[in-house]
Amino acid sequence: MLCRDCLAHDDVEDRVRDGQGRCRACGSTRTLAHPELFTLSIAHVDCDAFYAAIEVRDRPELAGKPLLIGYAGPDGKGGRGVVATASYEARRFGCHSAMPMAKALKLCPQAVVLHPDIAKYARVSDAIREIFLSLTPLVEPLSLDEAYLDLAGTEAIHGRPPAVVLAEAALRVEREVGVSFSIGLSHAMFLAKIASDLDKPRGFAVIGREETERFLAGRPVTVLPGVGARTAERLWAAGFRTVGDLARVSATELIRRFGALGEDLAQRCRGEDPRRVVPEHDPKSVSAETTFDVDLKTFVDLKHQLWPLCEKVSRRLKRERVAGPTVVLKLKTSRFALRTRRARLAAPTQLAETIWQAGVRLLEKEATGERFRLIGIGVTDLCSPELADPVDLADPQAARRSAAERAIDAIRAKFGDDAITKGR
Amino acid sequence: MKLTIERAALLKSLGHVQSVVERRNTIPILSNVKMETLGGRLGLNTTDMDLEIIETVQAEIAREGSTTAPAHTLYEIVRKLPEGAQIEMESAEDGQLLLRSGRSRFQLACLPVEDFPAMSGGELPHTFRLAAWDLRGLIDRTKFAVSTEETRYYLNGAFLHVAEREGVPVLRAVATDGHRLACVEVPRPEGAAGMPGVIVPRKTVTEVRKLIDESSSEVTISLSDTKIRFAFDDVVLTSKLIDGTFPDYARVIPSGNDRVLEVDHKLFAAAVDRVSAISSDRSRAVKLTVSRGALELSATSPENGTASEEIEVGYDAEPMEIGFNSRYLLEITTQIEGDSAQFLMADAASPTIIRESGDESALYVLMPMRV
Repeated sequence: MLCRDCLAHDDVEDRVRDGQGRCRACGSTRTLAHPELFTLSIAHVDCDAFYAAIEVRDRPELAGKPLLIGYAGPDGKGGRGVVATASYEARRFGCHSAMPMAKALKLCPQAVVLHPDIAKYARVSDAIREIFLSLTPLVEPLSLDEAYLDLAGTEAIHGRPPAVVLAEAALRVEREVGVSFSIGLSHAMFLAKIASDLDKPRGFAVIGREETERFLAGRPVTVLPGVGARTAERLWAAGFRTVGDLARVSATELIRRFGALGEDLAQRCRGEDPRRVVPEHDPKSVSAETTFDVDLKTFVDLKHQLWPLCEKVSRRLKRERVAGPTVVLKLKTSRFALRTRRARLAAPTQLAETIWQAGVRLLEKEATGERFRLIGIGVTDLCSPELADPVDLADPQAARRSAAERAIDAIRAKFGDDAITKGR
Repeated sequence: MKLTIERAALLKSLGHVQSVVERRNTIPILSNVKMETLGGRLGLNTTDMDLEIIETVQAEIAREGSTTAPAHTLYEIVRKLPEGAQIEMESAEDGQLLLRSGRSRFQLACLPVEDFPAMSGGELPHTFRLAAWDLRGLIDRTKFAVSTEETRYYLNGAFLHVAEREGVPVLRAVATDGHRLACVEVPRPEGAAGMPGVIVPRKTVTEVRKLIDESSSEVTISLSDTKIRFAFDDVVLTSKLIDGTFPDYARVIPSGNDRVLEVDHKLFAAAVDRVSAISSDRSRAVKLTVSRGALELSATSPENGTASEEIEVGYDAEPMEIGFNSRYLLEITTQIEGDSAQFLMADAASPTIIRESGDESALYVLMPMRV
């Protein structure tokens, strides 16, 4: 038994909560009871309408208004943009993330549309991650706004069971960072993830061992990780609609019918998840891409799109203190065919200028009349920046360009990213 | 075509021409060597469309003619035939090449001679002769610095051009990959004045180098803006040039480096080699701590530990520390033939000049590393 507002907790339910479900200590109704509450340790935390919540935090006048984060195209009607986040107010109109912006704006024309400021969201995400890392080293971020936490064995350190530590972290993030998240607590990663979605926003849901099979039995097979539209169709065709349908069949039978997938299904449908929470890996590459409002085909037009992406990649390389010797250009044709081309540099780089030059040379060979809908550029084979961008004997101008870029960085660090831009 | 030829002679010539042929070819004819009787000799010709070698070799011609056969296969066959063997080759009516030697018989599939691409002649208006020894020096002392970086294709060769140093006209070869630069010169040969600066591709440089050792004492070089030809006694190599602008290298050769370090280059190289054995990482950095009369070489590796060695040197300036990539240091010192090498340094972050003491004809520039 746990009160999520004053953190009062006790194994005996009556000591914390009165007959009406209110906390005896603080009167809050946000109390939580579950027989396994203090023994479960795998959590999935998911921020509530993350991008929108940050924008509202920074611009309180937006509070209560339907808010869509994403690009609305040059005419403001949606173009090819996609909703990155819809605030809860916008969700009431049927808008949701990953929906084409044009459709969202039809559903909710009065919505306020804001361009995403990913750099800002990443800073907020870092701040939240810092708080998580003070709870356990086992934090596995899935994206800027979601992470798995494994708090097994931390009770001895914190003097409180994981559920209390998580509830406390939720309050701390709300207080210190100004956004809220929902918690799913369970004994398996995929169940924790399902749980975090059950009680949104500001939620805390628990799926215990005892009720796992019962909980899953009535749910569609698509709740299982790895079961997307395609796999679901295969399963439906074979007569499996719900997780319970799978659980009724033996593991051997599932493996016979679905091979390796069957093996996974046999475990998952019984609530077993062999994965472990793995702390953040070092990034393998840093990249940025953009989808055009209208397909582009000329070298000049495509080149024009490349520079801001190079700057973005460079900024991230510098921020993460990494560099790389390989530049990768990515193009998607109007028929959605993906093309990647790579170039190896003489030395690892962090500089936008160097990335741009390599990218342009690669682009030159690809821009041969075909129409493209997307361009992206990245740096890979990342290494420490100590060996990056040495003085280049083959390029007498390199040192000057490098110095110019570092000077621009310094100005931006002081006055913001828009304080100075390079003509191109 | 019908002829008899000594295995040793054919093997040597095929050895030269077959190395031009790429292992994998999308155009089948480029895998073949063109064979043609030329005035009582056998002519062998291979090309990769950028580089062409024609070599003639002594043979007993019974019937004039020509054909093309797979170069690598033919080379393998000839290589495996016993020493001292006589080889008989005959192009048959059905377009196959019959090869007989002792009790061995081979029938090779051929392609029509008419399909074999000829490198268009074109004018080569500049011609000069160079001692093979000089050409070897130009190549050996620059080749290691040629870049393999594809994006800067204009660095994938040696920049051959005429220049003047202290009023003396020279023929100079320069190569750089951005980390190090090699600049080597010989007195300007007669006929070279007025030639354009040209970038000779790495592969061409490598092939020419192979031919130098076994050939004549003098090489005739002819060139235009787009092509270069190296003519040895029996071998003529013609190559396209890299179409690009070589960077203005003179601007990266420092002029004010006044800290002079004089080392016995053999002692130095051996010490660098030993000390760098400790470093396992890619950078292979070695630190030079220089003080009056002494140089300490040291390297550290987080995994393996540390290494250091001290050698006596000539040094009179301010004590300093500077780091280099040990592989680059070794590649440069290997090129030095005299007893001692000179390091001209400015500071730990600026390019350092390395040269042979008393030899002005070669100069190397090396970028330091942060250590």
